[in-house]
Amino acid sequence: MLPAITASIDPYTMQILVNIGIGIILALGLTIITGLTGQLSLGHAAFMSIGAFSGALLTIKTGLPFYLTILFSGLISSMVAAAIGWPILRLTGDYLAICTLGFAEIIKVVFLNLEITNKALGLTVPTPASALAMPLTVLIVVILTIIASASIVNSRFGRALKAIRDDEIAAESMGINIARYKVQSFAISAFMAGVGGCLYAHFLGYINPSDFGFLKSIDMLSMIVLGGLGSIPGAVLGASLLSAAPEFLRFMSQYRMLVYGALLVFLMVFRPNGLLGGIDCAELVLRKLGVKPRSAARKQEDTQ
Amino acid sequence: MSLLMLENTTIRFGGLVAVNSVSLEIHEGEILALIGPNGAGKSTIFNLITGIYPPTEGNISFKGKSIAGLSPSVIAAGGVARTFQNIRLFGEQTVLDNVLIGAHTRGNWDLTGALLQFLPSVRREEGRLLELAIHCLSQVGLARKAYEPACSLPYGEQRRLEIARALAIEPALLLLDEPAAGMNPHEKQTLLEMVRSIRDSGVTVFLVEHDMKFVMGISDRIAVLDYGSKIADGRPEEVRANPAVIEAYLGKGAAQ
Repeated sequence: MLPAITASIDPYTMQILVNIGIGIILALGLTIITGLTGQLSLGHAAFMSIGAFSGALLTIKTGLPFYLTILFSGLISSMVAAAIGWPILRLTGDYLAICTLGFAEIIKVVFLNLEITNKALGLTVPTPASALAMPLTVLIVVILTIIASASIVNSRFGRALKAIRDDEIAAESMGINIARYKVQSFAISAFMAGVGGCLYAHFLGYINPSDFGFLKSIDMLSMIVLGGLGSIPGAVLGASLLSAAPEFLRFMSQYRMLVYGALLVFLMVFRPNGLLGGIDCAELVLRKLGVKPRSAARKQEDTQ
Repeated sequence: MSLLMLENTTIRFGGLVAVNSVSLEIHEGEILALIGPNGAGKSTIFNLITGIYPPTEGNISFKGKSIAGLSPSVIAAGGVARTFQNIRLFGEQTVLDNVLIGAHTRGNWDLTGALLQFLPSVRREEGRLLELAIHCLSQVGLARKAYEPACSLPYGEQRRLEIARALAIEPALLLLDEPAAGMNPHEKQTLLEMVRSIRDSGVTVFLVEHDMKFVMGISDRIAVLDYGSKIADGRPEEVRANPAVIEAYLGKGAAQ
């Protein structure tokens, strides 16, 4: 049924939808390290770039099945993140942000000068030989990413990340190995960014190192700040809005980026915590369905 | 048997000797209070025990093994829990989540567990941690507030929540840094009974406190610190009569 639906959507709309999907994957990735663990990364486009170039090269040189290419792109990206994260995640706040920023610039310059990535000309990526159409693949990956992120939030692992975000000294005193959790969180985050980058490369068919500059990192950050830092539904909403906004504002031709900027400013003035910041979406849904989760849980305790 | 032992422990911050060759023993199952004027180095001793600072000299051993120089998380996982003088709760998170974070070392499932939550063993562990957290909350009388954000609690309850969070480590040794600070007399009485019942449940308690009435009422032993050095150590009535202690608190004339 799904292939029939995807076939019936016109290519332009489909392109917007796929962009939204990739945006969601990237935003959720950044949510893990910045939203949940509280470590500001201003260089996440670097991991997207690593995923995009390794994915493209895997397809060009080896012709691996597409789903393996996606997996390996993510893994390569997360391995780089683990290696770079071990030293730099000792820094906090602004210092870490500057460090990630510098790292992203280095990656960009390296790719601009490597023979294998075709230097400044960029790479043309062939359409992957896959049983599933590209939009469907993206949809599946988006769903898996959402499930994975939501699972992480509601787990022992996620609680440790949130503890680190809120108070490192207290978290350490609760027996949480801060360095290890930060690196793991960074690696997962980079995995998602790498997967997003790989999908981006194959969907667009052409990548250039300059596509993954500082602005791309800021785009990703705007998505999660707009949606509400640390909120999974917020990241999905923020990514959807910001990926689609430039297209919907297209009728304003050259003024559209101006309006886009103004929209961001207004949203931050009226919802400084983001659109879904501080809203427990799961509880909201349960209440709409007539379940009262909090009072129900309380009743259970009273009987104990 | 001594649970925790400080042997000639010293820490210097540049030229300042914050803790000067302190030797101290904490016996299993007792309530030991550490008192002393402001700036005597009481909280620094806690930070030394919990690994926030490594000692410059001397040794610290817990259950007979040296813990000097280990990281705070390793020491906590080994069974040393603490509260903080200036409350350090995870304010935006619920009361229950705070205690669940305290129960971190009681679980094993990590990232794989997070991604495979449907596995029965992951669910079992999560259920066990939840049970432990609720148990700790009811120990300090906060189970009813489990789903409220920690920052919305009144001050006294925040202090109790910190104790519950520390208890979730299921520690052998509980360090309380000024647990009664800012509490009214009624709350102090409740706290006193609470600390006693914690001790009776098998946890050794080591506390820093300024409130003398509280300290005298609760401690099995008292150690006194002045300018980084231990000047007395003994049962409450011995310490109260010790001339060196009276001098440190009230000045030279009072001791004669």
